[in-house]
Amino acid sequence: MKVLVPVKRVVDYNVKIRVKADNTGVDLANVKMSMNPFDEISVEEAIRLKEAGKATEVVVVSIGPAQAAETIRTALAMGADRGILIKTDEEVQPLAVAKLLKGVVDEEQPGLVIVGKQAIDDDSNQTGQMLSALLGWGQATFASKVVIGDGSAEVTREVDGGLETLSLKLPAIVTSDLRLNEPRYASLPNIMKAKKKPLAEKAPADYGVDIAPRLKTLKVEEPPKRSAGIKVPDVATLVEKLKTEAGVL
Amino acid sequence: MTQTATTLIDRRDVDFLLHDVLALDALFGRERHAEHDRQTVAAMLDTAEKLAADHFLPHAAKLDAQEPTFDGEDVHIIPEVKAALDAYSAAGFMSAHADYDWGGMQLPHTVSMACSAFFSAANISTAGYPFLTRGAANVIAKFGTDEQKQAYLPNMLSGRWFGTMALTEPGAGSGLADLKTTAVPGDDGIYKVTGNKIFISAGEHGLSENIVHLVLARIKGAPAGVKGISLFIVPKILADGTRNDVRLAGLIHKMGYRGTTSTMLNFGEAGGATGYLVGEAHKGLTYMFHMMNEARVGVGLGAAVLGYAGYRTALDYARTRLQGRPPAAKDPNLPPVPIVEHADVKRMLLAAKSYAEGALALCLYGARLVDDSETAETPEARDRAFQLLDLLTPMIKSWPSQWALAANDLAIQVHGGYGYTREYPVERLYRDNRLNPIHEGTFGIQALDLLGRKVLADRGRALALLSEEMMATVRAAPPALAQEAAELTSAIGMVSETVAVLGRAAAGNQLEQALANAAVFLEMLGHVVVAWMWLRQATAAEAAIHAGSGTGSGPRAAFLDGKIRACRYFFRWELPRIGAQAILLQRLDQTCAEMPVESFG
Ligand SMILES: Cc1cc2nc3c(=O)[nH]c(=O)nc-3n(C[C@H](O)[C@H](O)[C@H](O)COP(=O)(O)OP(=O)(O)OC[C@H]3O[C@@H](n4cnc5c(N)ncnc54)[C@H](O)[C@@H]3O)c2cc1C
Repeated sequence: MKVLVPVKRVVDYNVKIRVKADNTGVDLANVKMSMNPFDEISVEEAIRLKEAGKATEVVVVSIGPAQAAETIRTALAMGADRGILIKTDEEVQPLAVAKLLKGVVDEEQPGLVIVGKQAIDDDSNQTGQMLSALLGWGQATFASKVVIGDGSAEVTREVDGGLETLSLKLPAIVTSDLRLNEPRYASLPNIMKAKKKPLAEKAPADYGVDIAPRLKTLKVEEPPKRSAGIKVPDVATLVEKLKTEAGVL
Repeated sequence: MTQTATTLIDRRDVDFLLHDVLALDALFGRERHAEHDRQTVAAMLDTAEKLAADHFLPHAAKLDAQEPTFDGEDVHIIPEVKAALDAYSAAGFMSAHADYDWGGMQLPHTVSMACSAFFSAANISTAGYPFLTRGAANVIAKFGTDEQKQAYLPNMLSGRWFGTMALTEPGAGSGLADLKTTAVPGDDGIYKVTGNKIFISAGEHGLSENIVHLVLARIKGAPAGVKGISLFIVPKILADGTRNDVRLAGLIHKMGYRGTTSTMLNFGEAGGATGYLVGEAHKGLTYMFHMMNEARVGVGLGAAVLGYAGYRTALDYARTRLQGRPPAAKDPNLPPVPIVEHADVKRMLLAAKSYAEGALALCLYGARLVDDSETAETPEARDRAFQLLDLLTPMIKSWPSQWALAANDLAIQVHGGYGYTREYPVERLYRDNRLNPIHEGTFGIQALDLLGRKVLADRGRALALLSEEMMATVRAAPPALAQEAAELTSAIGMVSETVAVLGRAAAGNQLEQALANAAVFLEMLGHVVVAWMWLRQATAAEAAIHAGSGTGSGPRAAFLDGKIRACRYFFRWELPRIGAQAILLQRLDQTCAEMPVESFG
């Protein structure tokens, strides 16, 4: 079984991001970029499936600018087998991503697609679900455990009340949550090996997908600054202030 | 207060130093490193940065608070240390620099040093174990027999066995000539080693399956002094699985670096520890010192990055701590400002920045020289790099030990009262760094090595090479840095004059007087060399700005501007110190040397 893992190049989670002065977006100039952490988890899961003999090949795909090849290389250095870069400098929204991924799935015929539950830049949490609808495949989102059986998968998902276990027919879509696994480091020997692994370059047009945005961003703003707190002398004053000033009681 | 990954080493700075200042790309053209390129190096630094943040940093404070203990049988160390080191070895860092044949990656030293920067800044105590292991493995790789290499290198480079360097004895610290540990040869060519060593780092622990001690000892009947010292491999566990006759007499309780065990080791309590001679008899010190050049660059780097971590932590704190108002602000209703806005706090931060970043630049340059001395295209270029490295080594070891430590001191000051508490990491960083002027040759010993051996005995030949290198930077400086370039030129002149005076004195029966103020000379030349490092950095920053990176505003522009301003600071505030030092040196001032011992009181 082949496993397909989409990986996205996003602002590194350590970076304190800044909104552009004209409020059109986040300033990405000279900012450290890394693989979306949920995608790292997906890559790790796919590699573990391969190591366990459940998967035969791990293919990673990224949609984005030329530098997204670095993100693919990171996945290859972790242990994925080959990469596909669908190169574009345009903004690609979740629906277009899902359509492009459908194109890749049609070509590659994987038995399982593991998608991060969301990307930490725009937090859309849509791609996996849209892809599942486009393909007509089953989906298990927010996975914290994946067990591959014979032609099916048992997926434990994190839901509000606790854990839910689903059984899906393969092929299927799984979206990974934080607790699915702890991704490995790209070891130095594997970084060198990754250089020699195949990385194919494609364009959105190769899949016949129109990636023009369907959503328009009106404005991007910093969250409001938290104003300074005050100290109250006793509980009575606190309750009083909650009633009269904050109006929450 | 915990440290966050972003407050330790500024990755932008590492990338800037490697590429803009040290032209790392040139190394990829050499056969040894042909398979590396910018992308693989970036990926490796990414892994180092992450692993350091995830596995080294989180237990640094705990390891300091819960130092290793000895119950008479075993040494106990908090489990996080082994977990971190296992991850370190699994990722390939232990062997990164080594030959492909030994399972290494043939990574340039410059890059493997840059990787070490992240680990050492995160947790110097845990990073100490692989540092020593690599050093010991390098000695075996260089001077061991094929059989010894086969027996030890694969196990050490994979991180299964660790190593030590056992030189110091209670009666032989700086003065290694007096060491007493003896080795008696048996009929089988194997030696029995007997003696006591002290301060041996990582001399006992349960972190690895075996510990390979490299021991300096005197073969029975060997000549006195340094010419009678040989080097031995003395493993804790012998090839047949039995324990060698090496016993831990006790752990030493230290001010800092607490997680790296410091041990008193007794060799041969039960008749003699089995030891294998490395190389030829009586050449042990030469072998050890060959490796020391590299190890001392490593010590300098440790010092630099501890200061760097202090500086970054203080900077972060100063940006968020609100206290006081500008002197001209009269309205008490105005909110207090972040302390980073006070001129005096900026003074401290800029000093700390110039020390920490200057020190890091110096150490990575030193690592670049290690690379050049091994892989530069021509024998002449390799020899030149070796001579430069040999001359600079005392400064690479000592300047960061003194000035990056000063950055740690300032980092505490920037924190005010909080800096003096154990809730904040800056006091620990200071305590850790306080070791560095002491081990691997004290400041005083480095000073004598520099002035006595590497400048005066060398008749200034290596120093002339260094001046040539510095003058090349002067000539390459852009007009915007003309002032600094001119000041570096006169500083070089001042050094030459001073060396001429000291050289005449030494030749004229006043060697002792000339060497009396060697430490002042070490400080002086160190400051000149770091001024040079700053001019190189500012020149590279100017070039980057002209190439269009970092124009306008934004973080890149601020980063490059910061480099140029720190350079200016160093030339205006720091370099002038050498004037006073030159006077003391040229007058052969003997105020200290002539102080009668009784008059101290
Ligand atoms: C934490 C720690 C870890 C260490 N790790 C190791 C290790 O792994 N392996 C190892 O072999 N050793 C190790 N050492 C030992 C270290 O290298 C010695 O402490 C150091 O060389 C100084 O020797 P000493 O302590 O005997 O001091 P001394 O030699 O007694 O020096 C005391 C003072 O006198 C000065 N002095 C001595 N001789 C002269 C001279 N000729 N001219 C001018 N001044 C002089 C020194 O500069 C110093 O200021 C370690 C030490 C420490 C504290």
